[in-house]
Amino acid sequence: MAVKAISKYEFAPADSVDKFHGAQLLYVCWDDHLMFCSPLAYCLPPNTPFRDLCEKILPKSYGYHPDWAQVDMSKATWLKSGQPFAVDMDKTLGELGLKHKDVLRFKTPGLNGLNGSGF
Amino acid sequence: MDMQVKKKKLGLKEKYAHMTRGLDWQPSYQTKEAVFPYATYEGIKVHDWDKWEDPFRLTMDAYWKYQAEKERKLYAVLDAFAQNNGHLGLTDARYLNAVKLFLTGISPLEYMAHRGFATAGRNFPGVGPRVACLMQAVDEIRHSQTQIHAISNYNKYYNGFHDFKHMLERVWYLSVPKSFFDDAFSAGPFEWMVAIGFSFEYVLTNLLFVPFMSGAAYNGDMATVTFGFSAQSDEARHMTLGLECIKFMLEQDPDNVPIVQKWIDKWAWRGVRVLSLVSMMMDYMLPKRVMSWKEAWEIYFEQNGGALFNDLARYGIKMPECLSRASIDKEHASHQTWSILYQYGGAAAFHTFMPSDEEMDWLSAKYPNTFDKYYRERFTYWREQEQKGNRFYNNTLPMLCQVCQVPMAVTEPDNMLQISYRESDYKGEKYHTCSDGCKQIFDDEPEKYIQAWLPVHQIYMGNCFPEGTDPTVEGFDPLAKVLEWYHLVPGKDNMDYNGSEDQKNFNAWRGLATKND
Repeated sequence: MAVKAISKYEFAPADSVDKFHGAQLLYVCWDDHLMFCSPLAYCLPPNTPFRDLCEKILPKSYGYHPDWAQVDMSKATWLKSGQPFAVDMDKTLGELGLKHKDVLRFKTPGLNGLNGSGF
Repeated sequence: MDMQVKKKKLGLKEKYAHMTRGLDWQPSYQTKEAVFPYATYEGIKVHDWDKWEDPFRLTMDAYWKYQAEKERKLYAVLDAFAQNNGHLGLTDARYLNAVKLFLTGISPLEYMAHRGFATAGRNFPGVGPRVACLMQAVDEIRHSQTQIHAISNYNKYYNGFHDFKHMLERVWYLSVPKSFFDDAFSAGPFEWMVAIGFSFEYVLTNLLFVPFMSGAAYNGDMATVTFGFSAQSDEARHMTLGLECIKFMLEQDPDNVPIVQKWIDKWAWRGVRVLSLVSMMMDYMLPKRVMSWKEAWEIYFEQNGGALFNDLARYGIKMPECLSRASIDKEHASHQTWSILYQYGGAAAFHTFMPSDEEMDWLSAKYPNTFDKYYRERFTYWREQEQKGNRFYNNTLPMLCQVCQVPMAVTEPDNMLQISYRESDYKGEKYHTCSDGCKQIFDDEPEKYIQAWLPVHQIYMGNCFPEGTDPTVEGFDPLAKVLEWYHLVPGKDNMDYNGSEDQKNFNAWRGLATKND
């Protein structure tokens, strides 16, 4: 529904991709690890290899968690907006079709938080 | 012989009529529509403004007299508190973090409320609500000032009190209360009255003020308590104005009912999300607790609010559906919100800390269904890590909800281990919300919320560094620059309470006051 207003009410979105200096937003959540209270927000160029996300970027964010040391990212399963998502370590974010403000979730089989608690 | 007839004094009712309706006039060289351009566009139909009844019938002259009296009493107490080192009578300096949250997150909103009621008063064609809004506008600026005066005493001794106005417009979690008021202020006068006059001041005010003011009383903060008393009679008037305004709209035209219902639904949920900050304050930040957030929700919302909605049922108004969701969240809100602030405590304008064993036992007793099941283990782990020198700070920015702007930490109502994601597409852009309530608000007015100033996105755009910062230089530390832009001094204003300057100073000064060398 439109906003009720006394005159034309049209504005550009505050967060469109052109404002991020060539990069785009990507949200990532490691499911079953609520030690990290919410999904994380990254600002990455679309030519970032997915491998870099998994091997360089995520470890810096999630490395504090004791489960991280056992994570094998090649076995992780991924969702994009809640739907199964096929990844390829050798492709870039752009080649995988990831757009500005997409949200990814991944599960690491057998690793479900401290003592399996989801934390 | 001429008799001198003594002039009869005006009765209250007559005086009220003269001082309100008697002050109104009809425009002669402009149309009424041109003078009151915001009166009709929201779709609210008003047939007779004279049906507005102000239950207080307060006139301006009486108002000044009462308020002046209250001010005198308040400032006498504040002076005494300052002169007698009242801050050393606090239960513990941890308590001050609740006051910092209040000063940065709430006092500036009192000022926004002042602006909003002044604007609403200007825009209502009816003289009754205009006078009532005028008085509330003056009340609100008084509250803002008295809070700042009451709290400024702490700025002499403790960190984090130094720049609340600057912080409100920048610091990430303060965008939660700020965006709430900006949303209301940028709506029309009728929605403003439902948002702030009714939902905030009537339905939710007890959940805001009782915890802070009772919290102050329980923790020895006489300055804040006295402010609370000084504001209390004003709040009673504000509640009555909010309710009167709703009833007036509902009685004027049946077409108003669905519009008012939509606003009540929206603002109830907006309010619940903002109050998640109060929930963590009650359960975690007060050294001596008043009651749990869950108890407060049950008393002030489920019982009192339930009675209110029963009363409004005769107009066809229903309890907002989203609130059944809030009654599930009451078991989780404080724990989840404290987890957010704890892990992002490196960028907060107050100190965070993990509860002691004794405090965890209190939480178990108050939250028998959830605390031990979900949260005790988590907090125990974090505390152990802190004691080992491995205090957890999340080093990556969180994803935020487009509407409430709280990090996306809300879990699904039927699965408390699964974060809830809601997504909307609008004109080719994706927008993420944390709950059905926030998604409905977004989908109803996407044009409004696509303009949201989301702190995380603004940081990534490079808009949150001091002027002249070059983010491309080798070894650039974005967090350090963001804190500098927030006017926060790392290690003084933020991070854990344990080991903080506040903790050290309070213990040393209180030691001087209560012990021998």
